[in-house]
Amino acid sequence: MVFQLLNENDMCQYYDLTNMPGLTAKGIFTADKFNYLDNQAIQDQLIQFKQGDQAHVVFYLPQIHCVSCVWLLENLHKINPGIIQSQTNFEKKEVKIIFQSSKISLKQVVQLLAFVGYEPMIHLGGNDWQGKKKVNKKQLYKIGIAGFCFSNIMMLSFPEYLSDQVADLGNLRPFFIYLNLILSLPVLVYSASGIFISAYTGLRQKWLNIDAPIALAIMVTFARSVYEILTQTGSGYLDSMSGIVFFMLIGRWFQDKSYDSFAFDRDYTSFFPLGVTVLKEGKEINQSLNEIIKGDLLLVRTGEMIPADSILKEGVALVDYSFVSGENAPIAFESGALLYAGGVQKGRAIHVQVVKPVGHSYITELWNSPLLKQAKNPSQSFVHPWSQYFTYVLFLIAFFAGIYWWIVDTSKILPAVSAVLIVACPCSLLLTVTFTYGNVLRWLGKANMYCKNASVVEAIEKVDTIVFDKTGTLTNHAATKMVYIGVALNPKEQSMIRAVTRESLHPLSQMIYQLLTEEQVGLIQVDQIQHSVAKGTIAESQGHRLIIGSVKLLLEEGIAVNTDYDQSVVCIAIDGLFRGFYKVNHAYREGMSAMMHQLRSKGYEVHLLSGDHPAEGQKLKLQLGADIPMLFDQSPLDKLNYIEQLQNTGKTVMMVGDGLNDAGALQKSDVGVAVTDHTHLFTPASDAIVEGRQVTQLFQFIQYAKKSKRIITLIFILSIVYNLVGMYFATQAMLSPMVAAILMLISSISIVGLSALLSYSYAKPIRS
Amino acid sequence: MSVFIILIITSVLVAGGFLLAFLWSVKSGQMDDDYTPSIRILFEDEVASKK
Repeated sequence: MVFQLLNENDMCQYYDLTNMPGLTAKGIFTADKFNYLDNQAIQDQLIQFKQGDQAHVVFYLPQIHCVSCVWLLENLHKINPGIIQSQTNFEKKEVKIIFQSSKISLKQVVQLLAFVGYEPMIHLGGNDWQGKKKVNKKQLYKIGIAGFCFSNIMMLSFPEYLSDQVADLGNLRPFFIYLNLILSLPVLVYSASGIFISAYTGLRQKWLNIDAPIALAIMVTFARSVYEILTQTGSGYLDSMSGIVFFMLIGRWFQDKSYDSFAFDRDYTSFFPLGVTVLKEGKEINQSLNEIIKGDLLLVRTGEMIPADSILKEGVALVDYSFVSGENAPIAFESGALLYAGGVQKGRAIHVQVVKPVGHSYITELWNSPLLKQAKNPSQSFVHPWSQYFTYVLFLIAFFAGIYWWIVDTSKILPAVSAVLIVACPCSLLLTVTFTYGNVLRWLGKANMYCKNASVVEAIEKVDTIVFDKTGTLTNHAATKMVYIGVALNPKEQSMIRAVTRESLHPLSQMIYQLLTEEQVGLIQVDQIQHSVAKGTIAESQGHRLIIGSVKLLLEEGIAVNTDYDQSVVCIAIDGLFRGFYKVNHAYREGMSAMMHQLRSKGYEVHLLSGDHPAEGQKLKLQLGADIPMLFDQSPLDKLNYIEQLQNTGKTVMMVGDGLNDAGALQKSDVGVAVTDHTHLFTPASDAIVEGRQVTQLFQFIQYAKKSKRIITLIFILSIVYNLVGMYFATQAMLSPMVAAILMLISSISIVGLSALLSYSYAKPIRS
Repeated sequence: MSVFIILIITSVLVAGGFLLAFLWSVKSGQMDDDYTPSIRILFEDEVASKK
């Protein structure tokens, strides 16, 4: 269809430009999806500018990824004459469209974009890109003025550099000097203002930041120059002063650019890709969090997080907002009530209609919510005290250098002191840590391991014991076979089972649900459901009492059942009678034994805890090794206690389990890793979430996390060496302040670059 | 020698003119996106259609 459209409008060049132009238009193009854009209030929010017939709108298109995208988007006017012009910004993935509102409506513009495969991501009320643009402009003004003045001052100072015989200005000298003075004023007052303000603000907080020494250097140089000029004892050092300011500003600007390109794209790589179930035309479709828009109808199961601000449409909501507000008691809601994103549904499955989607960043904010619990691992503690002392030490060195030269050779005081103040770069201390962890998080995210924050990476480094759960962690649900054995169930009974398992996130329930869905069993009204963690579900439907669960659960309910099964089973009992069971043939993940071997050969202690039947024990011993402590029939509380016991013997424990049943144990452990096969289950109790297919890479993930500390230490040492060498030359007045400024910017950029390079190259084992 | 004064003032003024042009271009938003123009320049002009 897209090809037809392009062909009709003679735009087949699109396909020539790259080998993989564009993306196919997603799904069937339904006209109803964008109806909310007919609303005038919403249009007003989105339209940037409107004058007469002309309207401007800016959209964020995450799909932009290549040259063809730019070409297609900028030629939209050929497809629809109502569009006057469209301009893309590749880096920001934005398109600005100018259209005639009488010929094409905003809704039609969006429909067109969606149709060619670039459906815009519309966030109402999120226009914070404006602020960033203004700041960049000011920076450029300052650089422009500083550059202009600096180069002119240098030119005018030229005669000073040459000896008096070669270029004697005679009575022109005052003119040159005063012109220099005039040119240096905008530099001091405007271009350097940012540095002064920052140093002053820091000072008011009784804290010397990195701008303080630079501000001092500039002031000292300027003051000395003015003194020399007015007393006619010399021509001053205005070229140095303006040079310092100019190079510092250029350095900062270049730094910002480097940081932007090294910094990770926050929406896509390191955030957990929360999955949601969207209900469309009676079907359940799995989508990613950032694909849902207002108006989507979602299915939220028991234990699932409400992924967006939405209105309750069907069902009774019992929402636990502890992650959002700290309130532990679930609150009940009636149909029509507004539910906020971040709440966890504790009751039965509900249908909600999205009012306002949230981004992944919001979910990560919740993950890091201080309301959750005490922060387990202190963040980046080993750096901060150092940076405080740094500036004090620096001032001391500058002071002593000044005294020394005052005694020995006063002409060298100024170059020495200002060079000392400028050449030192404390930025590495803070930047390295932030940058390296940021990059490590991003590479881990790309390999499908999502960490809560940087302190988790630090904590992984200290781990010496790993405890694994079995079901869902070591086993692969997708490859697990399930077969029903027992008294045949009639269609009504099967529908009951299907309806009940639909509402649970437990992997075994989901497997049964998938099995019954494949057999095209219908759904039936269920009146009541009661989940029992790790044991099963008891439900009432149409007057029948249905129990789906473990043998233990059935025994507790007083149902006679044969207890010696030699493998994992999910029993079915209807109206007090045992009917049969689903036999689970666990398939273990590929590479499991290799991973265990790797972990143990590196000295990690490995334990296995399982809520399952000991019958699997033999198989596991073969797979993983005979001397790993294995415990079966463990309840969630047992697991928690086990971890506590290990911790009491002084071990640092990492727990790898599935988020549903092991929440307590995950929280107790020093690093809790939740394994998920489908991204619907988001466990804020965990510290990291790993996608099922990547679990066997755990060893490589741990190795990589350990390397991050190595990277930081290396760069730290490097920057200390740099500072010492720089200081050596600066104190001896062998370093001109301008060269010092250039060196400082080179050092901070090289540090950032090195951190990015090392995180990239060490990530080789986990990069696919 | 005194011609220097005139020369220098003139040259500073001319340079100042360029500075003003730069400041104006930043203000009008030319520097906001410095990547996309590099792609845009590679597009070919439309050849007259065969239709």
